[in-house]
Amino acid sequence: MTDLTSPRPDTWRGWLLSDTPHSRGQARLGRLYLLWLGLARNPLAMVGLVIVLALLVAAALAPLLAHQSPIEQDLADRLQPFSAAHWLGTDELGRDIWSRIIYGTRLTLLIVVLVAITAAPVGLLIGTVSGYLGGWVDAVLMRITDIFLAFPKLILALAFVAALGPGIENAIIAIAITSWPPYARIARAETLTIRNADFISAVRLQGASSARIVARHIVPLCLSSVIVRVTLDMAGIILTAAGLGFLGLGAQPPLPEWGAMISKGRSFILDQWWVATMPGIAIFVVSLGFNLLGDGLRDILDPKQGGQS
Amino acid sequence: MTATNLQPGPTSVRPGGARRRRRRGLALRVAGVVASLATTFFGLLLVTFFIGRVVPIDPVLAVVGDRAPRDVYEKARLELGLDKPLWDQFARYAGDVLSGDLGTSVLTSRPVLEDIGRVFPATLELATLGVLFGIVIGVPAGVMAAVNRDRWPDHLVRVVGLIGYSVPIFWLGLVGLLLFYAKLSWVAGPGRLDVFYDGLVDPVTGVITLDAALAGEWDVFWNAIDHLLLPAALLGYYSLAYISRMTRSFMLDQLRQEYVTTARVKGVSERAVIWRHAFRNIRVPLLTVVALSYAGLLEGAVLTETVFAWPGLGQYITNSLLNADMNAVLGGTIVVGAVYIGLNMLSDLLYRVLDPRAR
Repeated sequence: MTDLTSPRPDTWRGWLLSDTPHSRGQARLGRLYLLWLGLARNPLAMVGLVIVLALLVAAALAPLLAHQSPIEQDLADRLQPFSAAHWLGTDELGRDIWSRIIYGTRLTLLIVVLVAITAAPVGLLIGTVSGYLGGWVDAVLMRITDIFLAFPKLILALAFVAALGPGIENAIIAIAITSWPPYARIARAETLTIRNADFISAVRLQGASSARIVARHIVPLCLSSVIVRVTLDMAGIILTAAGLGFLGLGAQPPLPEWGAMISKGRSFILDQWWVATMPGIAIFVVSLGFNLLGDGLRDILDPKQGGQS
Repeated sequence: MTATNLQPGPTSVRPGGARRRRRRGLALRVAGVVASLATTFFGLLLVTFFIGRVVPIDPVLAVVGDRAPRDVYEKARLELGLDKPLWDQFARYAGDVLSGDLGTSVLTSRPVLEDIGRVFPATLELATLGVLFGIVIGVPAGVMAAVNRDRWPDHLVRVVGLIGYSVPIFWLGLVGLLLFYAKLSWVAGPGRLDVFYDGLVDPVTGVITLDAALAGEWDVFWNAIDHLLLPAALLGYYSLAYISRMTRSFMLDQLRQEYVTTARVKGVSERAVIWRHAFRNIRVPLLTVVALSYAGLLEGAVLTETVFAWPGLGQYITNSLLNADMNAVLGGTIVVGAVYIGLNMLSDLLYRVLDPRAR
């Protein structure tokens, strides 16, 4: 650890990769650094990471990047082709398509994040409890999970939105309801491999309750595989949300949701092709980014599966 | 083994016993699959019941619409049995569905099941052609990728697959129509037939290509194919992404095995090693993958049909959705769900019955 005191740039590397970390924080940072090194070796995953970062930046800096309001109409300027004033042209109400796509990143991010933070914890909880307790609890919970897994996702989401009414919140709820089962399956499988480990027995002998063991000792160990799966699912979530938007069941006008924008541009596809085409490219690039990143993460965190596919 | 046993040899009793045991094991497994099929379908009914009766604030409004007069409203309320306890309502609902009564569509005022029977062949035709497309291209592509692991054919197949996973299918449909129909005129436009050919062939099966071939109307047949090409190719692309990925991973598993090395050492040609030895062993898992992607296509058809104005189940569901026709939406959901669950279970069953290792 003498490296730490010397000012050379490679000392940080030495500290991070140290075999004998002095604190939990150092060990964690070291693991993150290893993850980063693995990711950096995979060019496709890096492309994915750049796309996802670009999405985050676009959402954060939308007012700076967009040069017009995404909802303000200008009927004199409708359906204009590409120009210096409108980089990607304008739509049927004279709104700047570039600005709408930039603001649309916020909606996409909102949907993805909300689905992830509702569906993943539910799946994680059901899976770990099911795997840890076993017996009839396991049988019942897994039966329910299997039932939801056997359903067609999009159709089920459609039916939920039909009952709840169209809108972005309801679309998010519908997608979340249909996407938790895989996380439960993964978390349960992980739990089964660690529930009989010595450290769990040690904690149990110290008198920890089942709830404490699951929450403090099992859930953290299942997190990484669930996170990988969530990243891989992001693309699917984006596509489902865009599909709902396209059918008019997701975000409602005048929100600049990409799927809804394609649906609107459909009427002009023959003469003003850019109106429908540009948002589609945005959806494609973002889902490709999540897919590439998810693939890369899986290769690093779960080499067993990565070699297979 | 006693001396009175007429069958020769000490092993003679075993095969019969083993076969009987195996058959009993198989029967048990089949029973297990049927039981899980039943519980899953029961779950599906619970969910659709929940969506139809519990989620909406007023299920009656969801059925009759908000402009219905008071007496119609009351009648619908009693008809739905909303004055009864929830479990009683569910029992009635499940009974109705199981006896084939999915309610009446508000939009077409016909029984939902009859409507679905009319539109289903169109979806079936589209999905079948799509999955065929996915198999014909996806399987060889997956094998090529596995054989050339980490070389350019592998990367190509991987990238093509990733694009398939990432592109919104409705958008691809629009761009496809713009390019191949409007600009290049390579394929016919939306719909199942040109207006000119509409109604020339009696619907016997509802599958237009089949009907036309049966009637010997080859002009109609080729026109239908012309209309099918683009949407089927798009749907096929989706299943292609999945099928090629799975084929690659199955093949890689096989090519790692020792019997492959043995065959190569014996001087078997590379082609024979790949197709006669390795590929034979992945046929069964591949069959289950095909069944799964077929089920997935029924779902993918919802968005594709909307883009291509294809009068199938997907369009029926979305049309009913936009007109707040709850009976039709839930009926469609049940039918798609049942087919989906059925195909899932079928693939599971096929795997267990056909693959000796799973026995």
